[in-house]
Amino acid sequence: MYVAVKGGEAAIDAAHDWLAEERRGPTDIAELTLGQIKGQMSLAIARVMAEGSLYDPDLAALAIKQARGDLIEAIFLIRAYRTTLPRFGASHPVETGDMACDRRISATFKDLPGGQVLGPTFDYTHRLLDFKLAADGALAARDVAEDVAEAAPDTAPEPMPRVTEFLNAEGLIEPEVDPGEAPGDLTRAPLELPASRALRLQSLTRADEGFLLGMAYSTQRGYARNHAFVGELRIGTVPVEMDIPELGFAIEIGEITLTECETVNQFRGSETAPPQFTRGYGLVFGQTERKAISMALVDRALRWKELDEDDLGAPAQDEEFVLYHADNIQATGFLEHIKLPHYVDFQSETELLRRLRQAFAAAPIQAEAAE
Amino acid sequence: MDRKTWLSILAKADTAELSALWDALALAPAFSWLRRPQIGAVMVQGRAGGTGAAFNLGEMTVTRCTLQLENGPVGVGYVQGRDAAKAEIAALADALLQTAAAQAILDGLIEPLRAKAQARKAGRAAKADATRVDFFTLVRGEDG
Repeated sequence: MYVAVKGGEAAIDAAHDWLAEERRGPTDIAELTLGQIKGQMSLAIARVMAEGSLYDPDLAALAIKQARGDLIEAIFLIRAYRTTLPRFGASHPVETGDMACDRRISATFKDLPGGQVLGPTFDYTHRLLDFKLAADGALAARDVAEDVAEAAPDTAPEPMPRVTEFLNAEGLIEPEVDPGEAPGDLTRAPLELPASRALRLQSLTRADEGFLLGMAYSTQRGYARNHAFVGELRIGTVPVEMDIPELGFAIEIGEITLTECETVNQFRGSETAPPQFTRGYGLVFGQTERKAISMALVDRALRWKELDEDDLGAPAQDEEFVLYHADNIQATGFLEHIKLPHYVDFQSETELLRRLRQAFAAAPIQAEAAE
Repeated sequence: MDRKTWLSILAKADTAELSALWDALALAPAFSWLRRPQIGAVMVQGRAGGTGAAFNLGEMTVTRCTLQLENGPVGVGYVQGRDAAKAEIAALADALLQTAAAQAILDGLIEPLRAKAQARKAGRAAKADATRVDFFTLVRGEDG
């Protein structure tokens, strides 16, 4: 148990001064601006917004700068800040079907309405270090915008219907119907188990990317294998609409970038229902593709009860294990607290150990006999 | 244009563009605050599977305020992010759009903001379009 301690103020102040100095780094090198972080470390921004559970790129940039690039520390700062904000309300659910897509791919259909759009992806790069980026005044990248803007002026974007809709039309996949219930909110009430799918999704979308990736990977390797295909992955912007009480109608209060992944998984059927594909779902703030795919796989694994599947004892099926260990701020808070003074605890343990050793030394014969 | 449309354009506007256009209008209408700018959060919701049960995705920052022009209409500002000045401009514009000055605000502020947003969107759509691919499936050797 942590017990409050006194003293050390001067040392703590000096430590914080040094921290500020180390954060700044060599002063003969220009200081990072928030605009640079926001513009050039945009995937770090996305991760901090997703796991900090607050969409605000400027704040995420500030948090990353202050945290010296430690993203979990940055997420911690964002989580702490968001608790200070009054809640104005909840938005309407975002319409991801109408997303203005930067990227939209399907691993299940090669020819799909709206087409396959790669977007700014690392896929198909050779993963070789590009030393041109290390050189001052790196070569300017080909300006795609100017090339194509002239070629295709004012063409209305082709609609991109959901892949699951095609399968739905044939009845090949389980439908996803809105029961019209207000979702629970784990920022307002402690997470209790068993959790509704809405609460599981909220927990997963803000979960640690590494933890979720490991869990998702375990399902691929055979722990509760559910054979996921990426039916569709889309990244782009959607408007956020909210009812404004003083106006009496809804307006768009902003626009956010999201990554959505829908997986198509192996079927289930019963005596009363014909076999159908099942679904997993991932939706995450920002361009966060690895996280969204991981989320969809873990969501699907956690649905075993509602799909009447067997409990295979796999970690990814264990709601308590996944949901109670997925939050990196809870995890790091508890983990890191053990480095804080535990002197009283430790002292009592030491005294107990000394007594046990004294007892042992006083009775060597019994100890030998016991062997 | 209806009020919902202009309020949505104002909410999503780029702060620098909004300020520059507003300053160029050189308006300084007298007003009183009904609610001073306040920074808060809105819980954004998504749906399982895109169409199913709603769930809480995470919050976004929003700044809001309400003001009243002298002997005039009430303006409401709800804008994305943490920016009191942006919310104030939005609320002033909303109020003025309900007055005789409406056309000037539409021409000098709302339409240019919409055009800029549309151009940005078209630019991104064109970039995305340049990465559109056709995948061909090849016969695999082992299948003959």
